[in-house]
Amino acid sequence: MSDDAKKPEGAENDAAVSRRQAFVTLGVGSICAACAGAAMFGYEFLAPNVLYEPSPVVNAGKPDGYPAGSVTQDQQSAVYIVHGPEGIYAMSAVCTHLGCLTAWKPELGIIACPCHGSKFTRAGVKIEGPAPHPLPWLRAWINEDGDLLIDRSEPLGQKQFVRT
Amino acid sequence: MANSLAEQLANLRDTRVWRSIFRSGFGPTNLHRALAVQQNVFLHLSSVKIRKRSLSFRVTWFLGTLSLGTFLILVATGIPLMLYYHPSVPQAYADMKDLRFAVSAGVFLRNLHRWSAHAMVLLVFAHLFKVFYRGAYRPPREFNWVIGVVLLMLTLFLSYTGYLLPWDQLAFWAITVGSNLISAVPVFGTKIRFLVLGGHTVNANALLRFYVLHCVVLPLAAAIFVAIHFWRIRKDGGIYSGEIKKP
Repeated sequence: MSDDAKKPEGAENDAAVSRRQAFVTLGVGSICAACAGAAMFGYEFLAPNVLYEPSPVVNAGKPDGYPAGSVTQDQQSAVYIVHGPEGIYAMSAVCTHLGCLTAWKPELGIIACPCHGSKFTRAGVKIEGPAPHPLPWLRAWINEDGDLLIDRSEPLGQKQFVRT
Repeated sequence: MANSLAEQLANLRDTRVWRSIFRSGFGPTNLHRALAVQQNVFLHLSSVKIRKRSLSFRVTWFLGTLSLGTFLILVATGIPLMLYYHPSVPQAYADMKDLRFAVSAGVFLRNLHRWSAHAMVLLVFAHLFKVFYRGAYRPPREFNWVIGVVLLMLTLFLSYTGYLLPWDQLAFWAITVGSNLISAVPVFGTKIRFLVLGGHTVNANALLRFYVLHCVVLPLAAAIFVAIHFWRIRKDGGIYSGEIKKP
């Protein structure tokens, strides 16, 4: 091949580079868009829309079942129902450290966590241990049938008593 | 007899079928040996030649090979265990009990799987310590060290996801505690926990997700990274067998 024959070929390549550049940009752009779409799709898919978990509202039965001065733990729903001098209140039994189920120790009069040794009073106040927060109080109320209901979905900011 | 067996093997290696699979035959020369390694998909990850010194026990304590050994045992015992185990809340615990008391050799496979899992975590840690204290992580092997750390993470995730599968009290509370640790990640913590568990508590979704991670996703990822790890040993100049003496 002579030099003359090579030149137009080179010129053609020069023109092709910019077109190639455009296609590369287009290709990389589409791959990025596809990845972003796949990430969103994946997140939506992995986050369940319907949960077959127990209802956060639990029926604790008639308030008469909780005599004055008693601390009752419901293992199944992980709540305490305490009947103090000011009335009945409900507390989460889930430790604020790492989510273990705490237990009421009647002989010591405290609530203790078996996992890492956090201790709380019957009002949920932290005595010691790695737990960063007190046990959260839960909203409790009496429904029209006279049953005590407890909402576990979110902690109450303040104290709340049910008077019977 | 021995002669005739050797002859038969030699004849077998001469057949068209054998040659179509293995291409290069065995032979007495270094070229034959090199080709046998190079043309095998599994062996080609390793070097054709290595320094004799790097084969000695004190160089590696064989920790990498032992880690691979436990991984292979875990695959070989894990697949049969999958045949009797249903990752569902009503059945998981009962299936684990069945494997121990009702399935022939079930207790052997389960215990072998369990002890190998413990051994693998121990061996992988030991391997990383050995590599670290010998300075084998230094260039040109720094990328393979990173791959090794990824493999350590995969080992720990495999161990952690497998821990839930017996679905007993220990499993349930360990995963409850562990998944609450995820919540401590800034900003996205509770979201990640929700995705990992497939819910707000350790429940049926969490069991199934951990099962899929444990049996499919993580072993596959581990196999891929192991392949890269071995290939990089060759590419980075073989196993580190000591300081190169400067003139």
